[in-house]
Amino acid sequence: MTNDLIHATAAELAAKIHSGEVSSVEVTQAHLDRIAETDGKVNAFLHVDAEGALAQARKVDADVKAGKVVSPLAGVPLALKDVMTTEGVPTTVGSKILEGWLPPYDATVTRKLKEAGVVILGKTNMDEFAMGSSTENSAYGPTHNPWDLDRIPGGSGGGSSAALAAHQAPLAIGTDTGGSIRQPGAVTGTVGVKPTYGGVSRYGLVAFSSSLDQAGPCARTVLDAALLHEIIAGHDEMDSTSINEPVPAVVAAAREGLNGDLSGVRVGVVTQFQGEGYQPGVLRSFQAAVSQLKELGAEIADVSCPSFDYALPAYYLIAPSECSSNLARFDAMRYGLRVGDDGTRSTEEVMSLTREAGFGDEVKRRIMIGTYALSSGYYDAYYGSAQKVRTLITRDFQKAFATFDVLISPTTPTTAFKIGERANDPIAMYKADLCTIPANLAGTPAMSVPSGLSDEDGLPVGLQIMAPALQDHRMYRVAAAYEAARGAFGGPSL
Amino acid sequence: MPSISRDEVAHLAKLARLAVTEDELDLFAGQLDVILQSVATVGDIATADIPPTSHAVPLTNVFREDVVRPSLGQQQALSGAPEAEDGRFRVPRILGEEA
Repeated sequence: MTNDLIHATAAELAAKIHSGEVSSVEVTQAHLDRIAETDGKVNAFLHVDAEGALAQARKVDADVKAGKVVSPLAGVPLALKDVMTTEGVPTTVGSKILEGWLPPYDATVTRKLKEAGVVILGKTNMDEFAMGSSTENSAYGPTHNPWDLDRIPGGSGGGSSAALAAHQAPLAIGTDTGGSIRQPGAVTGTVGVKPTYGGVSRYGLVAFSSSLDQAGPCARTVLDAALLHEIIAGHDEMDSTSINEPVPAVVAAAREGLNGDLSGVRVGVVTQFQGEGYQPGVLRSFQAAVSQLKELGAEIADVSCPSFDYALPAYYLIAPSECSSNLARFDAMRYGLRVGDDGTRSTEEVMSLTREAGFGDEVKRRIMIGTYALSSGYYDAYYGSAQKVRTLITRDFQKAFATFDVLISPTTPTTAFKIGERANDPIAMYKADLCTIPANLAGTPAMSVPSGLSDEDGLPVGLQIMAPALQDHRMYRVAAAYEAARGAFGGPSL
Repeated sequence: MPSISRDEVAHLAKLARLAVTEDELDLFAGQLDVILQSVATVGDIATADIPPTSHAVPLTNVFREDVVRPSLGQQQALSGAPEAEDGRFRVPRILGEEA
C-alpha cells in the first residue's frame, strides 16, 4: 500500500483522495515515512513539517468527506524549495545568514499551494541563495542524487529534484534563474518547468537575480507538472513584474499531447547546443528523442542561434550584478544573523563581519563579481555589454520562433557529475547551465523532460523544450506526447 | 596580465561589506581573475548599435489607490530582528569616533 502511494503520480493520488479511496492523511504519512527512511542518505530536506502537513491533510479529508469541491491537487504532498517564505516555518535559502529565521509571511506561491489544499511536507535543500548547479553550495551539506549517492542532484534546486526521484514527494517547487529547475530535473530523471518570466509571482521568493528568477513546477510526469503549474501561476499585484494575462492552458495541452499526435508541429534543433563538450551518451539520447518526435509527426529542422554561445558569460555578469544589489539587504539589522556586536564595533563593522560569517564562498564570489561589473570604469565593458548580449539572444529566439513552434536541445551537456568534482573550479561548474541560460535571459518558458538514460553510465538525461513567451502550453503538449512515446526508463534503487 | 589584482579584490570586499580573511583574498583573487577573463568575451559581440536589455518584459510602474491595507504589525516586523528595543530595531553605533 505504502509502496503504491509513493510510486503513484500526483494526478492518480488526487483522484484516489477525492473519491475517498484513500485519505490524504494516509498519502501524507506514507511520504513522511519515506522521507524518514531515506533522507539520511539523500539529504533532500532542510526541514520536515510533519505536523503542518498532517493538519493540512486532515483538513482536505474533512472537505472531501463533507462533499465540498476541492481543487485538482488537494491533499497531494509537495516538497517546497527553501527559497520560498513560509509563515512560521524556517526558511534558510540554504544559507547560515538566515539560520533559524521564521518568516512573518507566506510567499504568494506558498499561499496559493495552501489555498489549493496542497500538503507541504517541508523545505528542500538548495545551493545557497540558489547560486550553484550542484547543491554543494548549501550551508547545510550537499544533497545526494538518488540514482547514485556519490553524484550531485543538480542545482540549485537539488533538494526538490532528489525528493521527486527518491519518491519522497510526487510534486515539488523549484526556482530557475539560470537553469535551477531544469538542470536538476535532467540529472535526476524528473520533469522541471521554468514558466514564462512573470508567469508565477516572485513575492516571497528570496531574491537572487530579480530579472531572471522564476518559480516553477517540478514533478515526475508532464501532466503532474501542468496541474501544479496552473495552481501556482497567475497575476499577483504584490509582484510588479507579474504578467497580467491569462495563465496558459497547460493542463489541456498536456492532455492533448498524450494523444500522441504532433503532426504539423515545427521543432527546431538548436545547433549551438551539441558537439564538443557534450557527453556522447547525452547526444545519443537526444538524437533518439529527435527520432521519436519525428515519428509522432513533428517537422524537425536545425536552427542556428549564434548569440547563444555568449549566453553563459552574459549570465555570469547579469546575475552577479543583480545579486550584489539584492543581497545588500542582509545587513544584520532587521533579520537573520548578527556577528561581532560586542558594544565596541560600528554598524558597518558588524555588517561586514556578519556577511563574512553568514555567506559561503560562491555567494561572496558573485557579490564581488557583481560589485566589480557595476563599478564605474568597468560598467560598459562588463554589465553594459552583457545587457547587449541579452538583446541579441532575445532576437535569436524571435527569429527562430518565426519558423518554429518550439526549440529543443539537451538540457545539460553531461549527466550528473560526482560530488566534489567541480567544487573548486567555478568555470567548470558554470558550464552545467550552458543550454538552460538563454531562456532566462529572454524570459521565455523552457522545460526539461527525461529522455531516458545515457547508455554509457546509466544516468538520466534531459530533453529541453523551449517556447515563446506566454506559449508555455506548446512545450507541455510536445513534452507529454514525447513522454508517452518514450515510455518508462526505470528508477533509482534506494 | 591578470584583469584584477589582490588589492582590487580587497577593495571590492570592502565595498560589498565582506570582512574577508587574508587566505580568502588569495583564493578569491585568483578565481575572480579567471571568471572575469572568461566573461569578458561578451565584449566580442556587444557593438555600439545594439540597445541594452535590462529586463525580459517591458517594465512600467504599477500604481494602486493610496488606501491603508492590512500589513505586518510591529511585533511581526520585529520578530526576526537580531536585537529589538522599545518596539524598534536596535543597531550598533552608526557614528564614527571622530564624529
